[in-house]
Amino acid sequence: MTLATATRRSTKRARGGGGERRPADHGAWFLVLPALIPILVLSVGPLLYGIALAFTDSQSGRTRSTQWIGVLNFQDLLHDTLFWDSFRIGLLWAVGVTVPQFLLALGLALLLNQELRLRWLARALAIVPWAMPEVVVGVMWRLVYNPDAGILNETLRDLGLGDGRDWLSGLATALPAVIVVGVWAGMPQTTVALLAGLQNTPRELHEAAAMDGAGAWRRFRTVTWPALRPVALAITALNLIWNFNSFALVYVLTNGGPGGRTRLPMLFAYEEAFRYGQFGYAAAMGCVMVALISVLLAVFLVGRLRGGEDA
Amino acid sequence: MRTSKGARVGQYLALLGYLVFLAFPFVWLISTAFKPPRELASLHPTWIPRNPTLANFRQAFDEQPLLQAAFNSLVAALGAAVIAVLVATPMAYVMARHRTRLAKAATGWVVVSQAFPFVLVIIPLFLVLKNLRLINSLPGLVMVYVVWALPFALWMLVGYVRAVPTELEEAAAVDGAGKLRTLVSITAPLLAPGIVATALFAFISAWNEFFFALVLLKTPEKQTLPVVLTHFIGAEGVADLGPLAAAAFLATLPSLVVFAIIQKRITGGMLAGAVKS
Repeated sequence: MTLATATRRSTKRARGGGGERRPADHGAWFLVLPALIPILVLSVGPLLYGIALAFTDSQSGRTRSTQWIGVLNFQDLLHDTLFWDSFRIGLLWAVGVTVPQFLLALGLALLLNQELRLRWLARALAIVPWAMPEVVVGVMWRLVYNPDAGILNETLRDLGLGDGRDWLSGLATALPAVIVVGVWAGMPQTTVALLAGLQNTPRELHEAAAMDGAGAWRRFRTVTWPALRPVALAITALNLIWNFNSFALVYVLTNGGPGGRTRLPMLFAYEEAFRYGQFGYAAAMGCVMVALISVLLAVFLVGRLRGGEDA
Repeated sequence: MRTSKGARVGQYLALLGYLVFLAFPFVWLISTAFKPPRELASLHPTWIPRNPTLANFRQAFDEQPLLQAAFNSLVAALGAAVIAVLVATPMAYVMARHRTRLAKAATGWVVVSQAFPFVLVIIPLFLVLKNLRLINSLPGLVMVYVVWALPFALWMLVGYVRAVPTELEEAAAVDGAGKLRTLVSITAPLLAPGIVATALFAFISAWNEFFFALVLLKTPEKQTLPVVLTHFIGAEGVADLGPLAAAAFLATLPSLVVFAIIQKRITGGMLAGAVKS
C-alpha cells in the first residue's frame, strides 16, 4: 500500500508539473476555508490570546481595565510552592499512569494477537473504557473504592486482607488509587495502537527465528520489538502529554484532595481561573505547562530520529 | 506456530486476569444501579442484587434534570459531529491530495493541538464567548466542540481519502469537472462510510466531553449529562450511590451503542491483518 501510494504520488507529480497545477491549488484554498476559519478564530487565535493574557493582570469581574505586567505572573509562579507541588504530582501521575499502562497494554496486545478462545470477549471489554465518558469512569471507580459499600474493601475483607480503608481520602493511598483508574481508563487506546503495530512484525521472520531455536523472549526482542518501536514511542509520548493534561477523571474522583495530594496542574489552573478569577495567572500556568510539554515532545522526536538511524 | 502447553495455560490465565480487571468496575456499576437502598446500606455488599429494582433510575430522574441534560448532550454532540465533518472533509481532501505548504501546516497543527493544555485555550475562549453572549449557550459549546473535534476528524478523514484511488478523480477532471464538483460527486460517495465513522467518533467525543461544558455552561437546564452527573456527588463528596450509579449507567449507554457500531471501523483499519478472526 505504501509502495502504491508512493508510485501514485510520483506519477502525479510527473504529470501535473508546471503551470497546470495552479488552478487546482486555487481550488484547494477554497476547499480549506470552511475548516481554516474556525481553526484560526477558535483555536489558534485563543491560543495566542492566552499566551498574551499570561503577561497581564487579567481577572474576572473587575471594573479597572487589564494591565500589561510583563513577567510578573511568571515570577510569582516561580515562588508558588502549591503550583510546583501540583506540577510534581502531574509528572508523577503522568509517568505513573503511562508506564504501567504501556506494559499492561503490551501484554494484552500480545495476547490478543494469539489464537485464543476468549479473545473476542477481551477485545469487546477492552473497548468499554474507551467508550465511557471520563466522568462516568470516575463515578464508577468511586463506587468501587467506596469505604463501606464498595466492592474493593468487601473483596479484601473476604480474602482476610484487613478491614479495608477509605482509599480516595487517605493521604498515602489517594494518588496510587487514582493512578489505577488512569491506567484502566487509557488501556484501550494503547492496546489498539500496539495491536496495530504488531502487524508490522514480519511473520516469516518470526517463524524463521523460531526455527533457529530462538525462545519467546529472544523472538520478542529481536523481531517483535524493533517493528513495534515506532508505534510504542509515539503512543507513549502522546499518553504522557494527555495524562499530564488530564482533568475530568481526577476532578470526579477526588477533586484534587486530600490536602492537594492529587491536585493535577489542570485542576490547579482551573480553580485559579474559574473559582478565583485569576485569568492572567492561570494563563501563565498554562504557558509553563506548554513549555514542559514542548520539551517532552522534543525529547521524543530526538528519540524517534535516533530510532530511525538504528533501523 | 507451535506453542507449548505450559505457555498456553499461562496465556489463558493472563487473559483471565485482564478480563477481570477490565470488567469488574463496570459490573459493579451495573450491580449498584439496580440495588434497593437496603442492599446499598449493607455492610457486606454482594455482586448481584438480591432484589433488583428500578427505583434508583426513578429517583435519579426526580433529583436532577436528566432528560433535559440528555437532550442538551444530544444537541451539542449532533451539532458538533455534523458541522465538524462538513468543514473537515474538504480540508482533509486537500491535505491528502496536495502537498502544499498549507496542507503541511494543517498536519503540523493537528499534531501540536494534541499537546494544548485546554486551560490555555479555554480562558480566552471564555472571555470571547462572554463578550459575544455565548456563555451558557449550546451554540457556543457546539462551536468549541467543532474546533476541538477537528484535529482527530481531519486525521481520520485524511486516511480515508488516501484509500480512495485517484484515477476516478482524474477522469472527472479530464471531463472538465471542477475541484468541488469532483469532490461532491465522485469522492464523497466513496468516502461515505469513512465520513459516517468520523462523524460518530466526533459525536461520542462531544457526548463524553466534560471540561469545556463545565466551564461554559452555568445553569442546570443548559448543562450536558457529564456535568449534571457531578451534581449527584454533593459538595462534601457524599453521594447517593444508587441514583448516582443509575444515572452514570444511563449516560454511558448511548456512547457504548455507537461505539459498538463503529468499533470495527475505528480499530478495523488499525487491526486489519493483526487480528484475523
